[in-house]
Amino acid sequence: METARVQDMDATAGDVKTRPFTLNFGPQHPAAHGVLRLILEMDGEVVERADPHIGLLHRGTEKLIEYKNYLQSVPYFDRLDYISPMCEEHAFVLAVEKLLGIAPPLRAQYIRVLFAEITRLLNHILNITTFAIDIGAVTPSLWGFEERERLMEFYERVSGARMHANYFRPGGVHQDLPDGLADDIWAYTEYFPKFLADLEELLTENRIFKQRTVDIGVATKEQALDWGFSGAMLRATGVAWDLRKAQPYDVYDKMDFDVPVGKTGDCYARYLVRLEEMRQAVRIMQQCLKAMPQGPVMTDDHKVAPPKRGAMKRSMEELIHHFKLYTEGFHVPAGETYTAVEAPKGEFAVYLVADGTNKPYRCKIRSPGFAHLQGTDFMCKHHLLADAVAIVGSMDIVFGEIDR
Amino acid sequence: MLSIRRIKRLFLYEIVRGLALTFMYMFRRKVTINYPYEKGPLSPRSRGEHALRRYPNGEERCIACKLCEAICPAQAITIESEPREDGSRRTTRYDLDMTKCIYCGLCQEACPVDAIVEGPNFEYATETHEELIYNKERLLANGDRWEAEIAANLDADARYR
Repeated sequence: METARVQDMDATAGDVKTRPFTLNFGPQHPAAHGVLRLILEMDGEVVERADPHIGLLHRGTEKLIEYKNYLQSVPYFDRLDYISPMCEEHAFVLAVEKLLGIAPPLRAQYIRVLFAEITRLLNHILNITTFAIDIGAVTPSLWGFEERERLMEFYERVSGARMHANYFRPGGVHQDLPDGLADDIWAYTEYFPKFLADLEELLTENRIFKQRTVDIGVATKEQALDWGFSGAMLRATGVAWDLRKAQPYDVYDKMDFDVPVGKTGDCYARYLVRLEEMRQAVRIMQQCLKAMPQGPVMTDDHKVAPPKRGAMKRSMEELIHHFKLYTEGFHVPAGETYTAVEAPKGEFAVYLVADGTNKPYRCKIRSPGFAHLQGTDFMCKHHLLADAVAIVGSMDIVFGEIDR
Repeated sequence: MLSIRRIKRLFLYEIVRGLALTFMYMFRRKVTINYPYEKGPLSPRSRGEHALRRYPNGEERCIACKLCEAICPAQAITIESEPREDGSRRTTRYDLDMTKCIYCGLCQEACPVDAIVEGPNFEYATETHEELIYNKERLLANGDRWEAEIAANLDADARYR
């Protein structure tokens, strides 16, 4: 980790000229959250300049998507921000639906909102608990991973995969909730606040946690807006901006929830905002489960959505639809859209340009973590090295989406 | 002035509470499972190792329509086919690179005859890369081995598909 430039010593002249000590933090450092490489210029133990280097997890997703049809592109979105897979899928399917001019059935919209909020829980549990590890508290992560396992079990029951779900599709969701899943999720929403209370008991008032987070990595309202922050990073500074309220998608306009806002914009405020967002997510999940209507979960337009298997095996016309959709895929009319969702990390958006063929002409992905990472320098400035770890932890960066 | 806050601060109130909570957790039911002997639950939709299935009379299901090859986002599937002696069209080669596969499940969605499926098996780690490049024999053998579980899962999930 330490590759240092030695101090220039001019011993004969009697005075000592120093150059900043350059510290290479990551990419193989457990507190670097993946493959972040931070070049820190230190004055003693104080960070003078932080220079994040990215690109170590670049997989060329945007270019790949230009060569995949719209259905094949969905699994790639799971792998962008692999902590919150379904929210990324959500942005892409909403973009495709906007270009196609179709709306998914109501039940599918409720299921999507339900699972987007489960995803929010998954993401915030991981972020808060690993943030606590960075600061020195190991117990929360042990408890948090247990809860994540339960939530991923819901993922597995609905989609077949614990993480890379490939569940949201243009036109709805892939399959309906299996029997009993809604009841289990409901039971879980009643249990989850108890876990949050235990988590808070360990962290919120803890003096060590507060000493390490309060007034660390402050971003002002202006800075946050200038640097394009979104999500909890922006709300912690006091800006009540939430895309679920500002431009509701799916059935978020029918949901009753509050947008938590921080006051100080420091690491502690971000922690508190995320904690409260989890409580609100549970509220949304309960409303979804209560209001979820019966009905289809996929649009019945078989030029977009494949037919049911039973129909496909009996009807020649449906079989032709099936073959067309799984080879050529559907064609999306020419046009462009910028569709954003409030992913747990912030504004995740897809800028999609369609040229009328079965593949996107261009798919630009706007990842919240990329904008947040830009703030490393001004947030870390004049803090200690150990605080840089806390700041990186509180930013909630995942390199899958930053490097894409 | 001794405020309540200062007294709490002096006697490490919140730290003691946190320690008491973690101490109480020691007496709770353990959630860890003894993995190779105990396993977590799997749903019928679980997407694990691939298998090529047969009909009950032993005839292989795959008709070499190549839908799975076409839809596979990772291009992990390679199929070659020609008519068999009895005139029916079958694959002569069905290669599946498990190291390319991203386990998205689109191949089993695309298959019109339920031939390629992602079964419930997730324990197929190997020591070499070559062992994970599956050919037709390996996939059919998987199908024979897991047919009972796969058929039960497909049956359980049939009304949602």
